[in-house]
Formats: sequence, C-alpha cells, structure tokens
Amino acid sequence: MSPRATVALLALLAAAGTAVAWARRRALATRAGRRFFGHPAAAWALRVLVFFSLAAALAPLVAPYDPGAQPAIVTLQNAAPSWAHPLGTDVYSADVWSRLVYGGRVSLGVGLLATAIALSVGVGVGATAGYARGWTDALLMRLVDVGLAVPRIFVLLFVVTFWDRISVGALVLVIGLTGWFTTSRLVRAEALSLRERPFVEAARALGASPARIVWRHLLPAAAAPIIVSAALSVGNVMLLESGLSFLGFGVQPPTPSWGAMVADGQGQLATAPWTSFFPGLTIALVVMSWNALGDALRDALDPRPEVS
Amino acid sequence: MTAPVLAVRDLKTYFVTPAGTARAVDGVSWDLHPGETLAVVGESGCGKTVTSLSVLRLVPEPPGHVLPGSLIEFEGRNLLTLSAPELRAIRGNRIAMVFQEPTAALNPVFTVGEQIAEVARVHLGVSRRAARALAVDLLNQVGVPDAARRAGEYPHQLSGGTCQRVMIAMALVCHPQVLIADEPTTALDVTVQAQILELLARKQAELGMAVLLITHDLGIVAGTADRVVVMYAGQVVETAATGDLFAHPLHPYTAGLLASVPRLDGARGRLRGIPGAVPPATAWPVGCRFHPRCPHAWDKCRTEEPPLLDGPAPGQSARCWLVSEPERRKPA
Amino acid sequence: MSALVRVEGLVKHYPARRGWLTPGRAEVVRAVDGVSFDIAAGRTLALVGETGCGKTTVGRTLLRLVEPTAGRFTFDGVDVFGLGREPMRALRRRMQVIFQDPSGSLNPRMTVGDAIAEPLIIHRLATRAERPARVAELLAEVGLDASFAPRYPHELSGGQRQRVGIARALSVRPELLICDEPVTALDVSVQAQVLNLLRDLQQAHRLTYLFIAHDLAVVRNVADDVAVMYAGQIVERAPVDRLYGAPRHPYTRALLSAVPVPDPGAARNRIVLSGDVPSPLSPPAGCRFHPRCPHPLKSERCAREVPELRDFGGGQQAACHFGEQPM
Repeated sequence: MSPRATVALLALLAAAGTAVAWARRRALATRAGRRFFGHPAAAWALRVLVFFSLAAALAPLVAPYDPGAQPAIVTLQNAAPSWAHPLGTDVYSADVWSRLVYGGRVSLGVGLLATAIALSVGVGVGATAGYARGWTDALLMRLVDVGLAVPRIFVLLFVVTFWDRISVGALVLVIGLTGWFTTSRLVRAEALSLRERPFVEAARALGASPARIVWRHLLPAAAAPIIVSAALSVGNVMLLESGLSFLGFGVQPPTPSWGAMVADGQGQLATAPWTSFFPGLTIALVVMSWNALGDALRDALDPRPEVS
Repeated sequence: MTAPVLAVRDLKTYFVTPAGTARAVDGVSWDLHPGETLAVVGESGCGKTVTSLSVLRLVPEPPGHVLPGSLIEFEGRNLLTLSAPELRAIRGNRIAMVFQEPTAALNPVFTVGEQIAEVARVHLGVSRRAARALAVDLLNQVGVPDAARRAGEYPHQLSGGTCQRVMIAMALVCHPQVLIADEPTTALDVTVQAQILELLARKQAELGMAVLLITHDLGIVAGTADRVVVMYAGQVVETAATGDLFAHPLHPYTAGLLASVPRLDGARGRLRGIPGAVPPATAWPVGCRFHPRCPHAWDKCRTEEPPLLDGPAPGQSARCWLVSEPERRKPA
Repeated sequence: MSALVRVEGLVKHYPARRGWLTPGRAEVVRAVDGVSFDIAAGRTLALVGETGCGKTTVGRTLLRLVEPTAGRFTFDGVDVFGLGREPMRALRRRMQVIFQDPSGSLNPRMTVGDAIAEPLIIHRLATRAERPARVAELLAEVGLDASFAPRYPHELSGGQRQRVGIARALSVRPELLICDEPVTALDVSVQAQVLNLLRDLQQAHRLTYLFIAHDLAVVRNVADDVAVMYAGQIVERAPVDRLYGAPRHPYTRALLSAVPVPDPGAARNRIVLSGDVPSPLSPPAGCRFHPRCPHPLKSERCAREVPELRDFGGGQQAACHFGEQPM
C-alpha cells in the first residue's frame, strides 16, 4: 500500500477512537449518556460505524487504488493479502480494501437513505393517524395492515426483477417505500398516548393547529422510539441490499457493493476465500454494530425513571 | 412526662445524587409519647416524609443512607441496628404505617379482605379462616358499610376514602403502639378527609396508640395534634404544643406559614406569604437555613447556624436567634 | 350590563362502554348535567366541589377542549359552541386557561421562553425580533427574572412552573382566564404567592376569572361569587360573603364544616357525611344529595322531586326544598 493510504488508514483508526472517546466523555455527564455507554458493545459499535462511515465518505483519500483499476489482470487476480494489498485482490484483480471502501459508500448510503425515506413516510402516516383518530386513523391503518401482510423481500424481488438494471437511486426508493409500516405503527401508538398529555391539551387551548401540535409537541416527545427504530432499520436495510446485490438484483456492476463483492468471490471460495470473507465480515460487523447501537439507544432513551 | 414510646435523636439521612449529596434529613430529634398525636409539618423538600420512612428503614438504600450516629429508639432498642427479621417483626405489628395514596399503596391483584388477612397471618399466626373473619370485623370497625361483601372487592372498585379505611384497618390489625400516617388525607376530598380524621381519632382513643401525623395542612394540625414539630430544610425549626404554636409561633417560618394559609374566618385579601423558594437539599444556605427568606435576618443569622433554643412556654423551642435576642424581631 | 360570560344549560354526557356480559341500554356518564351561570366582566366566579362533581369538565367544555353535549355559552355576545374552527381559534385569544398540574402542562422539551412565545407565534402577535422582549416583559409580570427564558421546566420549582403557565396564558392578553385548580398542587407558601399574583394581574388587566377549586378557604380568598357543584349540578350559588356567612344548601354547610381551620381554639361543629359521592352513571332520583343529606326535614319528597335553584335574595340561590329552614 502506498504511504498515503497507510497513513490514511491509521488516521481513520485514530479518528474513530478519539471521536468515540470524546463523545463518551461528554455523554457521561448526562443520565442517558451513562446508560448508553453502560452497554459494553455500545462504544465498539460506535467505533466501527465511525470508522466505516469516515472511510466511505473520504474514499478517494483513503483507498490506495482506484476500485475500477485493473493493473495487472493476470498476475494480480485473486492475490493473497500482502503488504501491497492488505486484504488481497479479487477476481477482477482489483484491491479488495479499495473496493470495500468504495463499496461502503453504496451499502451505507443505501442503508441511510432508504431508512430516511421509510422514516419520513412512517412518521408522517403514524403521527397523522394517531393524532387524528377516527376515519383517518382507520383508513391509514388498513393500508399499513396490507403493507405488513406482504413480505418485503417478495415485493423487492418482484420490483427488481421487472426493472432491468435498477439504478441505486431507484433501489433506495423501493427499499424505503416498502419499509415504513412498522415505524408508522410505533409512531401511531406514541401519538395516541401523547395526545392525552396535559401539555398537548394546553397547546390546543392556546389555539395551536393540529399540524403544529404534531410537529412541535408530539414528535419531539416520541423521538426516542423513532431514533431506536431508525438505527435498527439501517442494519436491516443494509442486509436487504446486500442480499439483493448478492443475488445480482441490487446494485449493478461496476458499482461496488459489499453484497456484490461477496457474490463475486463465490467462485473461488476454496482458492481465494478472502475475496468473499472480508466483504462478508464487513457486512456482519457493520450490521451488528447498528443493532448494538439501536439496543444501547433504546436503553439510553427509555423514558422510564431509573429504579432507585 | 412519661417516657417516649418512640425517640428519634440526631437522625441524618443523606442521598447521593449526580448533583451532590442531598442532606434530606440533617439532624432531626423528637419524642413521641404514648397516646399522643405528634404532627410533623412542613412543605415539599423539608424532609418530613424521608424522616418517617427512615423510622421504619424504608428509605431505598443505594441512593439514600442513614448515617451512623443516628438513633431511633423504640421499646428500648435502636431500630437502625436491628437485623432484618427483627425489623420485619416490628413493621406492621408494633409500628404501622399508612400512606398518602391509598389506591396506589394497595396491591391491585388481591382483594382488600385478603390483604388485611395477610397482615394477621404473618404477624399473629392465625389460621386463614380466622384471619378472614378478623378482616371483616376490622372493616366494620373502620366504618366500611357492608363489610362482608366489601372484603371480596379489589382496590380499583373502591373509592379513595374506602381504600384509606382499608389501609387503616391493615395498620390496626396488630394493635400497634405507634401509627405513622404520612399525609393520610391529602389525596382525599375534604368531606372524606373529615371522616378519616374522625376515624383515626376514635381508634387512637380506643387503642391508646401514639400517632405520628405527617402533613402540610395546618388546619388538620390544629384539629388533631397535641404537639407539633415544624421542619424546614432537613431540620426541626420549631417544636411546641399545638396551642402554643398557633398562638405565639417563635420561628419566622412558622409565622410565615400561618400567614400564608387562607382562612374561612379570616380577612379576605392579599396573603402575607413567604418570599423566595425552598433551596435545594444539595446546597443548604450557610448559617440559618431560613435566613435568605426571613424578614428579621441580621448578620449573625447569615453566619452562625442556630441550635434549638428554648422559648418562654414549656416544651416550645425554635431554631432561631430571635429566641435569645427577641429585641431584634422587626414589627410586622 | 350584560355579563361577559353566560352559560346556559351546559350538559356533558360521556357514553360508557357496556360490559359485554350485560346487554341492554348503553350507559351514560353524566359528568355535567345542566349547569348555568353568569360572570360579569372583571369579576371572579369560583366553581367549587369535590372529586367527580364535574367542575373540571365544565372548564374544559367552555374551552371546547371537549365538545359539549348540549347547552349554550355566550362570550361577549358570541355563541361559542356554534363557531367554526378558524373563528374558534381567533376566540381563543380572548379566553385562556391555567392548568392544575404545572409540570404536566408545560412541554418538558421546550424552554420557558419558547413555551411563552408559542401563543405569540400561533396568533401572530409579535415578529421574531419582538418576541424575546415580549417574553421578558411577561416573565417580569409574573415575578420571574428574564434569565428564566432559556431554562427547561424540570429546572424550575412547582411555583415557578405555574408562573410560567400564567405568563403563557397572559401572552395573548385574554379577557377571560379559566383557572383549573391552579394552586392545588403547590405548597402553602407558594400558593399564597400565586394567589397574590393572580389578584394583582386581575386588577392590572381587568381580567375575568372562572376559578375552579375544591379548597373552600382558597376560594373565599379569591372569589366574588361562588357556585357549589355536586354530582354534575350546581346546588348553590351566591356572592361570597353570603355563601360563607349563611349557606342554604345542606351540602354547602357540610362542606364548610369539614374544612380544617388552622386554629386549635376554634369550635368544631363538623357535619360528617356518610357514604360516598354518587356514581355519575346512576345518580340518585330526585335530589342527588338526598341519600347523604343530614337535614332534619329530609322527606320522601327529596327522593321524588328534583329541587330547582330558587332565589333567596341578595343574589343567593339554592336547590333545596327546605332552603328556608337551613340546618
């Protein structure tokens, strides 16, 4: 690896470590922060996520090689890990580490964007149904029932099969639009209970419009379960995307994606296991980190008072 | 003066909080004599509830702890040093407690008859049948109409007043020597409150119990207490017989409280009140803890914490320099 | 002079769910069952009663936080119950409310400044630039320093939170202020401060108060007129001195005698009522108070005939067949 890339890698590790240490110090001053870092996996989850997020964001600086470059097609194909290629090379003779870094852009990007879409729709529908009640609520919840009844993977496969060479953007949209149903149920439940609180009644007495009440009073109070749901959803979406890409339906080559990389390495599992192993390990690590983050956040943001 | 049945000496209960150590009860002493009603009066944050919980060691131990050097003497023994089984033998038996929120203090999944009977079985060792009969009898005694049927009902089916009667019945099963009543009528309507207070007075006379009544309502104090202890900022600031306290309060806080209460028979118009607010328990003021809000305060009050000084009337004392220097008292 | 507030025949019934094992007519919770009163501008009417009498429901229906089942509420000549959504929002500027629970009625995630500014934003009463000054002004009016604006409710004491609630209600310069048990949750010394504040504000801004409470001693201190409620109805209504000096209804007398007086030497002629407040699902026939009534002249007429509010002179009315011979 070039010295620049080596330095970049070390800098990333250092950055992840210090960022988490700094966040931890500030968080320990608050009760929620202490509960969060009380989780043994929370700090590690944060480190992993910060590391890969930074790597993906700064991919051009971090990756030692251009992921599309194929310098020496024959000699470098499926080369074992070495100093020049710390994670080896794959079937395309491209550096695995570089592809991993660039692949992170897609995988993490899809995860975050699709979750953002799902969250927006889910929160909007759930809050409206929970606050309005009556016919609006009944209608929206029947829609949600239908959405929950249909298996998500089935719908996704259906769509991508008929959509020839789906673009990443469209993929994000489809995954997002099939994943908002559970969130809406969650937000609706919160809205139903929060609308009876005295401060919401006070806002109505002041003349606040329903939109204002939902936006300014209900949603901030419901933030905790929404945040937790979001964290868990990202991991879920990343798994979905990886699965689709693995099957060849998701992100299309030459765009790198961790799932696609696992698929690419299938053919040489016996001879060059690192080509599937490292992307697979990365997927597992990052998804587990999102889940651990979600768990820790759930405990940290839990509104129940501490048992004294 | 007969020997006290319950004597508290220099009780200190502190809580460890993220904001520092909260000295909720900071050196409280009082005596409770057999057959008398002692009222502990104060507002939020004065430490009166923590005091009552400390007596029966009901303060949750991790954040709170009673400091060594505190003494709670009952029947010749220090309650703070008893073992757990010995303490359990006393709780509900020799010393009973009635809480503020009757519906919350009762177990919602058992009928009220079962809950009263449980006390009898645990402490008196009677059979199930005998305990059940005892429960119905007690419900009758505390004035619950149709007691036999009521014994089979659950707390949520009963009104607040009836639930409080059930709690009192549970407390009285073993004819305790001391009854601690922590704001027993605060959550109840005023007509129900009158009923409950009348019940407590009747039972006290029958059983010869001593009652420790914790309240913030001076009207109740005037009507039921023999002696009063006024608490502020974790300390006792005044002790007196009820008549003396209302007629000539020594401590400015007591006077302020009396001036804050609107009265049915008093003048209408602005209430005098007490300026300012109660300081946090983690940072009691230096010197006299009341001095920032006191209209009479002078330099000594800001630097030296007064001890309890005896006033002119027998049994009346106040934690105020005005007792030793009455000429400093400013005219109202 | 016509009254600022005129309430006629206010009724609020809630449908109660039938148990699935007991078929039959749907039961109705008669929370408020025919309440009428007037309040002249600048005066304070206290609505007094114990738990379940319906006084809080009256307050909430007047504000249309719950919709009434029947009745008429005329505010300065406007028929409030007939207003559409937008006119109602505009009317809310003129009538505001202070709630009982100071911690619950403030959004825990909003700063004090934001909470007070919210009505200014909703009703467009101040530009963004003007708001901080207005908030500081309102804080000063309720006796709080401007430094309170960036703080959160959990940093404040109960009394301070209640003052913030008052400041918030005042921000729109209302004419009518409905105070729903505003001092019940406060300590005695803080209660005195808040009562004094409400008194001062009433004089400064010529406010009209509907003061809902259960503490008769507090009510005596603040009210000009008092209406006593029992089981969803008004049983007695009178100017304050008459009510406390010469109550006509047996329930009023029992209520007054039950209030503990902070004076050990005072004579205590406590009228102790037996039984509990009737269930709003099935109030007694005839006079709703008759099962518990200690009046010596109580007769079967009380169980049969509903007493109407009758005039006893001097603005005093009571709903008792034997009001002429009080106990």
